[in-house]
Amino acid sequence: MGNDLTVRGRVAVVGVGESTYYKRGQSPDPEFVLLLKAILAACADAGIAPSQIDGFCSYSNDRNDPPRLAAALGLRELRFSNMQWTSGGGGAAGAVGNAAAAIVAGNAECVVAFRSLAQGQFGRFGQGGGSRPISGEYAYQIPYGKISPAQSYAMRTTRVLWEHGISRDTMKAIALAAYHHAQNNPRAVMYGRPLTPEAYDESRWIVEPYRLFDCCQENDGAAAVVLMSAERARELRVDPVYVLGAQQGGPRRSGAWADNNTDYATSSFKHVAERLFAQAQLGPADVDVVQSYENFTGGVLMSLIEHGFCTYENANEVLTFDNLVAPKGRLPLNTSGGNLAECYMHGLGLVIEAVRQIRGESSNQVPGAKVALASAGPMVPVVSSLIVGNGEALG
Amino acid sequence: MTERNHVLPPGLPAPAPMRDGLDAPFWAATRRHELVVQRCNGCGGWQWGPEWNCHHCLGFDIGWTEVEATGVIYSWERPWYPVHRALAEAGPYVVLLVELPHAGGVRMVGNLVGDPLQPFQIGDRVRAVFEDHDDADTPFTLVQWERMG
Ligand SMILES: [Zn+2]
Repeated sequence: MGNDLTVRGRVAVVGVGESTYYKRGQSPDPEFVLLLKAILAACADAGIAPSQIDGFCSYSNDRNDPPRLAAALGLRELRFSNMQWTSGGGGAAGAVGNAAAAIVAGNAECVVAFRSLAQGQFGRFGQGGGSRPISGEYAYQIPYGKISPAQSYAMRTTRVLWEHGISRDTMKAIALAAYHHAQNNPRAVMYGRPLTPEAYDESRWIVEPYRLFDCCQENDGAAAVVLMSAERARELRVDPVYVLGAQQGGPRRSGAWADNNTDYATSSFKHVAERLFAQAQLGPADVDVVQSYENFTGGVLMSLIEHGFCTYENANEVLTFDNLVAPKGRLPLNTSGGNLAECYMHGLGLVIEAVRQIRGESSNQVPGAKVALASAGPMVPVVSSLIVGNGEALG
Repeated sequence: MTERNHVLPPGLPAPAPMRDGLDAPFWAATRRHELVVQRCNGCGGWQWGPEWNCHHCLGFDIGWTEVEATGVIYSWERPWYPVHRALAEAGPYVVLLVELPHAGGVRMVGNLVGDPLQPFQIGDRVRAVFEDHDDADTPFTLVQWERMG
């Protein structure tokens, strides 16, 4: 991949921001207000006026459209608006990649990637609605009680654990690490609510092989990331965080109905990760800290393997609590608490945490972190993954 | 089969054929207690879920073939937490992903018939059980699975 045809090092994150994070239904603000607050916080962090924004990218059927945002925020002109096709949070890193691509292409100069999600206002992902007849793909699943996101993806985890002899202890370690990190992060909804191994073991099954603490939260909140060209970023701040790679996609027939994707037991990251590392000119060993989207811990397990952070063979040895916690673990994971314990911000919170690690501003800082990875949406048909780094990582 | 022999309680959404007619033959066949799968008349390739063209040769001449209503457990899950009000008192139940090796390895989702805590594992052979819902506003039949011998 030639340097002149890639976003690598040519775009930087100049600002990150989020609303207050709430448990589902506890936000005093409507979803659009949460988003405005997140974008204003990101602009303040970047030191720019909101009217400088000229593009928006989002994903997953976000309800807050760019024309309304542009009007509310006083944009001089909306030059670029983009929505990534995917389900779940598979587009969180992809939206940042789309923003970066627009900037490199010259279609926009200051693009905000965002996600706003008030499950209290608009209904829960974890509950499946009515009783009227349904057709299409749903007709092959919902009448059999395969309804919620957890029920949609539990069987993939069953198959991976079975095929490779991986222990559920790996999933437990992923959950415990997230809650451990959240205890140092005042933004986290689970701040002050630690999780013990005993409480994990005693928690109820949601759908085997997922216990309660293997599943993400349901929250109200919004998050935003401001991107500009590397040149303009260096004028704004001394510590721009460069986009080193951003890739999205889905493997062969990942969208085939009712679990008929060709390679079944995958998080959909095998090809995305390969392209990502090639673009970033880095390998898994160069990544100092990993933010891996947790819809369910089983998806994290699969993502980490498919990104090359461990193998099917050594997952039981590598994915332990001690290895996964900052600052001393060999694979610090989800250092804000992530979707499990900070906030289910559909993955954009994980992107923000990756940026904070590179700036040295994490509440669970990995000393000297130069390269961070944020992946989004394991197991959904289209996933995405992002690598960011500081000037030293850019070389 | 009487209502009380259904795997799950009443109240879940009923399956309805797609308005464009794509999968009407499948749901009609289940009413006759036949399992049919899409098969390409051009290249012989199998396909599931249904689509308007064949993903192997991209041709549009695609038909429906009755297959032996047996398969192999490819994966499974056991929901405990009820996510739909109809399931509030249902207790745990098993959802299977069943592979049909004799139909190109296509996979179908259904429930395991019988005790949800019965011993079983990936690789076990299963046979289809056609679960009639004759009392529904528009009668329909689900394809469930029971373990073989
Ligand atoms: Zn064909």
